[in-house]
Amino acid sequence: MLSIKNLHVKMANKHILQGLDLNVQPGEVHAIMGPNGSGKSTTGHVLAGREGYEVSSGEVSFKGKDLLQLDTEERAREGLFLAFQYPVEIPGVSNVEFMKAAVDAVRAHRDQPALDSMSFLKKAREYCTAVNLDQNFLKRGVNEGFSGGEKKRNEIMQMMLLEPSLCILDETDSGLDIDALQIVAEGVNRLRSPDRSFVVITHYQRLLNFIEPDVVHVLCGGKIVKSGDKSLALELEERGYAWLEDEVA
Amino acid sequence: MSEFVTQATAFKPRSAVTQLQTFREQALNQWLDSHLPNRKTEAWRYLSLRALTGDNYFRTPAETPLEDKRALLTLSNIPGLDCYTVVMFNGSFEPALSSLPDSASGLQVSAFSDLSADVLSPYLNSAFNHQAHPFSHLNACHFADGLFVKAAKNAVIDKPLHLVNLVSKQPEKFNVSPRVLVIAQSGSQVSVIEHYISDEAEQSCFVNGISEYCVEEGAQANLYRLDMLQESAIQISGVHAALAKNASLNSFFLSLGSRLQRCDISVNFRGAGAQANLQGVYLPRNDQQVDYHTCIEHCVPHCTSNEVFRGIVSDNAKAVFNGRIHIHRDAQKTLAQLSNKNLLTSNKAEVDTKPELEIYADDVQCAHGATVAQLDETALHYLTTRGVSREEATVMLSFGFINELIEKIQLAEIGSYLRPVLAKRFASKHDLARHLL
Ligand SMILES: Nc1ncnc2c1ncn2[C@@H]1O[C@H](COP(=O)(O)OP(=O)(O)OP(=O)(O)O)[C@@H](O)[C@H]1O
Ligand SMILES: [Mg+2]
Repeated sequence: MLSIKNLHVKMANKHILQGLDLNVQPGEVHAIMGPNGSGKSTTGHVLAGREGYEVSSGEVSFKGKDLLQLDTEERAREGLFLAFQYPVEIPGVSNVEFMKAAVDAVRAHRDQPALDSMSFLKKAREYCTAVNLDQNFLKRGVNEGFSGGEKKRNEIMQMMLLEPSLCILDETDSGLDIDALQIVAEGVNRLRSPDRSFVVITHYQRLLNFIEPDVVHVLCGGKIVKSGDKSLALELEERGYAWLEDEVA
Repeated sequence: MSEFVTQATAFKPRSAVTQLQTFREQALNQWLDSHLPNRKTEAWRYLSLRALTGDNYFRTPAETPLEDKRALLTLSNIPGLDCYTVVMFNGSFEPALSSLPDSASGLQVSAFSDLSADVLSPYLNSAFNHQAHPFSHLNACHFADGLFVKAAKNAVIDKPLHLVNLVSKQPEKFNVSPRVLVIAQSGSQVSVIEHYISDEAEQSCFVNGISEYCVEEGAQANLYRLDMLQESAIQISGVHAALAKNASLNSFFLSLGSRLQRCDISVNFRGAGAQANLQGVYLPRNDQQVDYHTCIEHCVPHCTSNEVFRGIVSDNAKAVFNGRIHIHRDAQKTLAQLSNKNLLTSNKAEVDTKPELEIYADDVQCAHGATVAQLDETALHYLTTRGVSREEATVMLSFGFINELIEKIQLAEIGSYLRPVLAKRFASKHDLARHLL
């Protein structure tokens, strides 16, 4: 599904990713944890195609394609989805029109028949309900005035509509209340399938009780310093990150 | 005298209005005494009048057969809008194409030519400081007929009045000088849609209009001013309102842009407790110029003005926005707000925006802000991460920028009518706007 080899990324002359390796097979769930500023969001943004990052070396292949050669929208159409840590507010552009445009673009690319407005709306409403967002959020401006938790749930609603094959969730659990966390986790679990993979970036082991990862990685100083099974998350919860930094050094 | 001034002065349009001799004579003298604005005239310095002065527009338009006019009228149709309609075609009132209110409605709509000077004179040039507007003198000399609209005391007019000003292409350049007088008598409520529209992109007209709104005590006037003349038309207009005690004006202005478009708007507070809301959108493209000069005269205490204009300027186009707020010494407890935001979609596009505040009262609240920016890259990126093409994302964002104002339009039918018109404006290809329609 996704293979990152020795990725080095600079931003404003600062080395952020320094030799990142990551292999995600279809159907797997990988969790990435790590201290603030270690490069987790950067990884998500580089994969999603945000401008301003300089990839100085390394390779990324996504479903056999050279990901870094694709435009942002092509990556999305190929099935890559990033749920933002900080979703963007876009007043004046309605959520539902935006998502209809997105779904149309994605389906056209995948040679799926276009959805008519009615069936699209039906789905959109259903997924709103699934993440416990009122339906009037569809009519509102994209994330405009949404609370922190509502923005995160809106990201998941979008993810459900777009049916991606690789979902990168960047701290989707931060800012969610306890019930919302469970709702979002259920949404994610509903999407789990043998040909869909997840990369879940989080600071909290708790999320991983709901979304069980196959592999847990620790990203530190721009590379993966340790990988293990879900028990690694429990260990981190107990011991923090300092011992890993020592171990690496 | 420049050739333009000579031609303008000599121009005597066919007019059915014969009872306003004195008014016309005064106007002619004022025109002769005033100076044609040029780049050294402060209020006109950012606008080039060359497109106007370089040609002779001072001709009366040729006659158009009624069937042709009727056919063109479909251009101004606002779907689903239940309204009274007044049609002016190339500046002439067309009773056969209009559907006027009956007397039970409380709304009077008459041609100036059917009214005596006694009825008109108290109102003409009463809503604004006409001395400051040289083109208003020219309008006063040149209007062929005018439209007198009056909402009777305490009448809540059941339907909006759709005032269609239709302009058609002619083989020769010509002038149209619309004159509109709207009086909302005390306690009345009336909505007017002033709709300027033309048939083909290649236009040959110079439209020089003046509209005056006299909003009397406790009355409410809603104005939707849609300037949708096409590409090469020239339009200079004044929209002026005088508000008496506790009166209110809600207004929306749209300019799609044309070769040379200038709109002077003034709100003159004459009684305490009045309020005015002005919202506007302008969208010049290609080589067009749009110039809004707004002026809020807070002459009396306890009045509120709120003004929000947004523009998107593309290609080589140019926009000017000058928002003047004048708070006189006696105008204590004034609340005045002004915001002007501009989006440039090309690096050759140009905006000159200037808030102009003159405040002589001490107990007032006045806030203003003006910005000029390009499309927000972060927002563009977010849209594309969902698979939307960059092109379509650009259209959506541009539309979104003004849609915030369109969504606030009170008459839903006007919002629905404008949406597709505006969405298509931003899309070079039709399908880029399809998700906004
Ligand atoms: N535009 C930028 N200019 C300079 N430095 C940047 C820029 N963007 C990110 N960085 C730096 O890159 C590093 C990695 O940032 P990133 O957002 O990837 O961290 P993170 O692991 O997601 O942290 P958190 O857990 O706090 O979300 C940080 O030190 C950050 O300050
Ligand atoms: Mg982060």
